Amino acid sequence: MVETNNILDIRNLHKDFYIKGQRREVLAGVDLTVKQGEIVAIVGASGCGKSTLLKLITTLEDITSGEILLDGDPVNGPSPKCSMIFQEARLFPWLSVKQNIEFVIPDSVPKAEKEKMVEHYVELVGLSEFMNAVPNQLSGGMQQRVSIARALATRPQLLLLDEPFGALDAFTRMNMQQELLRIWKEDNTTMVIVTHDIDEAIFLSNRVVVMGKNPGVVRSIVPVNLPFPRDRTDSAFLEIRGNIMREFLDS
Amino acid sequence: MFDLQKKNNLKQKRIRIIIAICFPILVLLFWQYASTVGLIKASLVPAPLNIVKTFLSHLESGKLWKNLSVSFVRVACGYFIGAVAGVLVGFLMGLFKSVNAALNGIVSVLRPIPTIALVPIVILLAGIGFSSKVIIIAIGSFWPVLLNTIHGIQTVDNKLIEVAYTYRINKLKTTFKIIVPSAIPAILTGLRLGMSSAWMSVVAAEMIASSTGIGYLITLSRETANARVMYMCVLVIGVIGLFIDKGLTRLERYYLMKTRGIADVK
Ligand SMILES: Nc1ncnc2c1ncn2[C@@H]1O[C@H](COP(=O)(O)OP(=O)(O)O)[C@@H](O)[C@H]1O
Ligand SMILES: [Mg+2]
Repeated sequence: MVETNNILDIRNLHKDFYIKGQRREVLAGVDLTVKQGEIVAIVGASGCGKSTLLKLITTLEDITSGEILLDGDPVNGPSPKCSMIFQEARLFPWLSVKQNIEFVIPDSVPKAEKEKMVEHYVELVGLSEFMNAVPNQLSGGMQQRVSIARALATRPQLLLLDEPFGALDAFTRMNMQQELLRIWKEDNTTMVIVTHDIDEAIFLSNRVVVMGKNPGVVRSIVPVNLPFPRDRTDSAFLEIRGNIMREFLDS
Repeated sequence: MFDLQKKNNLKQKRIRIIIAICFPILVLLFWQYASTVGLIKASLVPAPLNIVKTFLSHLESGKLWKNLSVSFVRVACGYFIGAVAGVLVGFLMGLFKSVNAALNGIVSVLRPIPTIALVPIVILLAGIGFSSKVIIIAIGSFWPVLLNTIHGIQTVDNKLIEVAYTYRINKLKTTFKIIVPSAIPAILTGLRLGMSSAWMSVVAAEMIASSTGIGYLITLSRETANARVMYMCVLVIGVIGLFIDKGLTRLERYYLMKTRGIADVK
């Protein structure tokens, strides 16, 4: 059951952007490994390169230097082993919930199996009643659930989430965090979640990666060895929170 | 505080509605008065009631409907051609940068030419029959359809294209299942404006050796110096144009509401 191999292996990753011919170093030697079945949270100030890091993994941006190994192989092009969830749900407004999910399942999958998968994942995110609704009929939280179902329906080994609950209100956000943990337990997908909410990071993850800014580096990795579900008012929780806070203040 | 503002807004809205209804009525009343007492010459600007009378008599005699129906057929044919061509060329220009590069210069030069200026050239090329009238209307409706189609395709949300990329959706599927559907609201707007434009081109089209049509009625009334018919026809064209636009706007909203659960996309 317990796998020890790394699903994600990032080695000495550099990324420069050129703005009007001027070089801007956004990531300066990032090293990070993620084990199968883990949830890793990445926190850091806005602009430290969190989104860029995820974009490099999905090849939405090209690496300047360094290496990203996905399940042992260097990435070149978007991999079926990895799905990405953005801050906005990014659903197709003209397609129903069902069609939105079906859309990303490869056409090689037989129709009957496709339907089964869609049903399974819609149920997993608790939206069975809304199979035929279109995105505009759903709340922001529900749309993000569809986006999660869509990502899982491609059966990725690694799920990348870029501030997935950042646009939601505090109550919906807490609800979605619990949902995500429930989905993680049922589906056992490895997750890398970017957030600017330290509580969210501790609540969800096995390890919190703290990133520094200008240029973006991994400043420290804080393990969170607390049993799920976690209590945000628990003293151990607050201690870890304090440690991470201190990392930010030290800079 | 919020409640107060809301109340104010409602009140202001009511006042605006009253103004919107009363002002045109006042203009009409003044017009009627000025024309009756001779403040303005009735042979140049006939009184509204007389225009209505002319309208009713033309309606009764079937003359109006006969000419309108001829115009409708011409508009329908011209619009169909213009719209289909607009959507097709729009897709090609929107989807393929090379086609866009090839045609953009030509489009920029031709587009600002008023349709009426093309009438002599069209007559030269296509004669004075049904087809030349249809061509004029087709050109009139072509531009808005073309420009809106291009715009719709070019403004596809890049975030959705990123989604397609990460899920390894191929180019063909991305084009026809993402880019085309996201352009639909803009294309519908183009089709609506194209229809309005087709209808507005009908007078120009019917200047070409016509003996029927609402445009012909205007030409005829000018030759016979019949101001009432002239005004009546112009107003009929305006009102029909209004109905076309309102009707198509509703249709557009209904369609978007039905398929996307929201009417105001883009
Ligand atoms: N396509 C791009 N071109 C130029 N600069 C970029 C681009 N994308 C991101 N950046 C810059 O890289 C830095 C990191 O961005 P990002 O990864 O979005 O930060 P974060 O997600 O941590 O807030 C920012 O300073 C941003 O301005
Ligand atoms: Mg970001």
